[in-house]
Amino acid sequence: MPQVSLTVNGKAHKVEVEGRTLLVELLREKLGLTGTHVGCDTSQCGACVVHVDGNSTKSCSMLAIQAEGCSITTIEGLAKADGTLHPMQEMFREHHALQCGFCTPGMVMSAIDLVKMHPQGLSEAEIREGLEGNLCRCTGYHNIVKAIAAAWPLMHGHAMPAAAE
Amino acid sequence: MGFEGIGASVKRKEDGRFLAGRGNYVDDMRQTGQLHAVIKRSDRPHAKILSIDTAAAAAAPGVVAVYTGADMAAEGIGGLPCGWQIHNKDGSPMAEPPHPVLAVGKVRHVGDSVAVVIAETRQQAKDAAELLVIDYEDLPAIASVRDAVAPGAARVHDEVADNQCYDWHIGDKAIVDAAFARAKHVVKLDLLNNRLIPNAMEPRAAIGDCDVAGNYTLYTTSQNPHVIRLLMGAFVLHIPEHQLRVVAPDVGGGFGSKIYHYAEEAIVTWAAGKLRRPVRWTAERSESFITDAHGRDHDSTAEMALDEAGNFLALRVRSLCNMGAYLSTFGPAVPTYLYATLLAGVYKTPAIYAEVRAVFTNTVPVDAYRGAGRPEATYLLERLVDTIAHDTGLDRVELRRRNFIPADAFPYQTPVALQYDSGDYVATLESALKAADWAGFPARRRAAAARGKLRGIGMSTYVEACGIAPSHVVGSLGARAGLYEVAEIRVHPTGSVSVFTGTHSHGQGHETTFAQLIAAQLGVPMSQVDVVHGDTAKIPFGMGTYGSRSLPVGGSAIVKAVDKIIAKGKKIAAHLMEASVDDIEFKDGKFTVIGTDRSKALAEISLAAYVPHNYPIDELEPGLDETAFYDPKNFTFPGGCHICEIEIDADTGVPHVVNFVAVDDVGRVINPMIVEGQVQGGVAQGIGQALIENAVYDSAGQLVTGSFMDYNMPRADNVPNIHVGTETTLCTHNPLGVKGCGEVGAIGSPPAVINAVVDALSDYGVRHIDMPASPQKIWSIIQAGRPALAAE
Ligand code: FES
Ligand code: FES
Repeated sequence: MPQVSLTVNGKAHKVEVEGRTLLVELLREKLGLTGTHVGCDTSQCGACVVHVDGNSTKSCSMLAIQAEGCSITTIEGLAKADGTLHPMQEMFREHHALQCGFCTPGMVMSAIDLVKMHPQGLSEAEIREGLEGNLCRCTGYHNIVKAIAAAWPLMHGHAMPAAAE
Repeated sequence: MGFEGIGASVKRKEDGRFLAGRGNYVDDMRQTGQLHAVIKRSDRPHAKILSIDTAAAAAAPGVVAVYTGADMAAEGIGGLPCGWQIHNKDGSPMAEPPHPVLAVGKVRHVGDSVAVVIAETRQQAKDAAELLVIDYEDLPAIASVRDAVAPGAARVHDEVADNQCYDWHIGDKAIVDAAFARAKHVVKLDLLNNRLIPNAMEPRAAIGDCDVAGNYTLYTTSQNPHVIRLLMGAFVLHIPEHQLRVVAPDVGGGFGSKIYHYAEEAIVTWAAGKLRRPVRWTAERSESFITDAHGRDHDSTAEMALDEAGNFLALRVRSLCNMGAYLSTFGPAVPTYLYATLLAGVYKTPAIYAEVRAVFTNTVPVDAYRGAGRPEATYLLERLVDTIAHDTGLDRVELRRRNFIPADAFPYQTPVALQYDSGDYVATLESALKAADWAGFPARRRAAAARGKLRGIGMSTYVEACGIAPSHVVGSLGARAGLYEVAEIRVHPTGSVSVFTGTHSHGQGHETTFAQLIAAQLGVPMSQVDVVHGDTAKIPFGMGTYGSRSLPVGGSAIVKAVDKIIAKGKKIAAHLMEASVDDIEFKDGKFTVIGTDRSKALAEISLAAYVPHNYPIDELEPGLDETAFYDPKNFTFPGGCHICEIEIDADTGVPHVVNFVAVDDVGRVINPMIVEGQVQGGVAQGIGQALIENAVYDSAGQLVTGSFMDYNMPRADNVPNIHVGTETTLCTHNPLGVKGCGEVGAIGSPPAVINAVVDALSDYGVRHIDMPASPQKIWSIIQAGRPALAAE
């Protein structure tokens, strides 16, 4: 069986996988990181989004062996060691941006990347477009959009430029 | 900690684990020695099974067992039971054909379970399932309700003539016919309520386990673990209830689709017993599409008789409703008692008659989906009311006002069995009109026209019924279950509290709302309250969560249990403070001798109860742990007004919801943040139904919309910000005055959206458009209407 070496949430792992094993299967089945969810089999829902070398990636659409040498961050790796939540996690709680919680890990991982990729600011329409790849059946998105807008200044350390709002 | 009493938007207790990726969903669980089940699904809509050759699959690497329907039948395993029996017009019972766990002799829909392969790994089970050789003989398939009732139609079940499950009615036909005979106007509308696929984001999953003593555990994605234990234990697998534990841990959304007892639950439990190893199954999404119960799927005709002034005289409705291939647990109840009983809506229509014919088709079973029957009733009525306005030229707001049940008419007895206890439809209407700036719409329409957009506004005013009850009434209507709820409150020796509730949270936030409720009533901080649900080993027999019942029914049970705790606490306090029980009052967590400063905190009382050294032991048992069952006296009746504003791109036909206002009366609100979230989520589903969602079968019975690539789910850019308001009248018959908020969003919104679309297209001569109002349909209307418009 092929082996893959990768870093997950700061920890190095060497794991035996089948050639067809998906990254999400490696995370859930081999490493027990069940915070990353599987909501579909057509790469449409975004429940499985993780960061691969800092970029949000649907972990169901990538083979485990493709992650050789990569650094992966999952929802479990976001909070600080002392339990302090990432500002995006905080804002999701603050704005009631989750109900059943199933889409939440993927939603949070996507949202963080979205905010990072938009240092110039994010309008509501841009946030909604940026969430195209993530389905939520519970919230109607209203509060997710609010949470992301609220996380932007916390992540960038200053208020959102007025023009973007 | 801030204010956490009733009415405060307290942040959710459950969020910590979900945000950290530490939720505990069924598929996250790991059992030592676990095996993986993969179920072979029928790819035929309707076929005879001539043979199943399991040899190659059984011999494949890692395979431990392969079972078919014949194996289950040989052990006397029963079919999946139906929980509600409807009677025909003539009093005879509905047709109730068997629903085998694994198909026997025939398959009846794409997705029907044919065989199960169990292996050491999931991949091995999947690979082996490919090696099953099944020889089918195709039979003609019934793909729609119209096909089912066509003359000479093939039969889905050999023993069911005309594919008819039941032919049911409600109301007084003679009175209605007489009213139509003398009516000034009659307005008639044919309309479809499109078939939907619930698609909770967590796919269904089940793990069966059996210990050496024959004690079974089923972990399952369920909204009601006790109901599953009862149905599966008693009717399918014949396992006594003390030997069957059902656990529904964190569940990733349900919307009704996780109420029902599904084949896979029985399969993994039964197989675990045979193999004495845990057996797990998780649906792939493509499996969810063809096995989770679908929703809606009505084909209806509605007619209203009116007098000169636009007063509603009588309503006549005929609906043809899809049951799918088999009866799902509560399927038959949806188009009858959850639908036709709501046809009065918010109007004082004096006479109503509805006929409902339910039929079998070669499609996935249909059952309750968020709102269940009430969205269908609301859609029919609210489209009909707008059509009346269209046909008669009456103003649609004025027409509604004229026919509203007035606020002083409650309790109000409708002609279709229900008695509404409270409501104020003018209040929700006024509040919504204001929030949506209805009066300012013409200016916005003109401004949009200048930008080449067609702008429309639409409303719906609705009432629905939640907390379905009382048990003896639903029993007389065919329910094979009670519909009470249970709560156990355990005050621990040092004063912290656990509440065990028979309801189940799969996103609704009960761990917060219930803790908030108990904290307020017992005067302890929320952090000292733990809410336990979803495990039959821990909780008394409860009925679960659906029909927005958790707070009206489950919350009422909690209040009853709290009352018992306080009553007992008073006796203990009276003893400790040497006072008369009648002189003790309980407030803010303290038992006080009225008029003195002598008091005992709840924690002192509970300690005395568990360390009963100084205790009225002759009259009172030790402990402070009380259970209450609450059987409601009536349904609750949330209602309200939804207003949708929409813009259509005249060149492409693409509709865009630009504003949505929902003003609902859900009774007393415990946590406004959670209520708003529930309404917003429901509205998004309603907008989805109205504009983009549609489960489509081709004429051969294949599901065309079998993945997220084909079935259009609302995404973040399909829905707008959703303004939520509340106007409150209290429920008069439960102790909290609450009505339920889980479904109002999905019930009130679809007709508001379609009314807005029709309004936007008013210049194009359109009277009605069926859901979903897709860009293509809208574009065709615009194209067809253009010449007429140009000619004017
Ligand atoms: S699981 Fe749905 S996109 Fe990856
Ligand atoms: S919170 Fe349930 S799917 Fe998003």
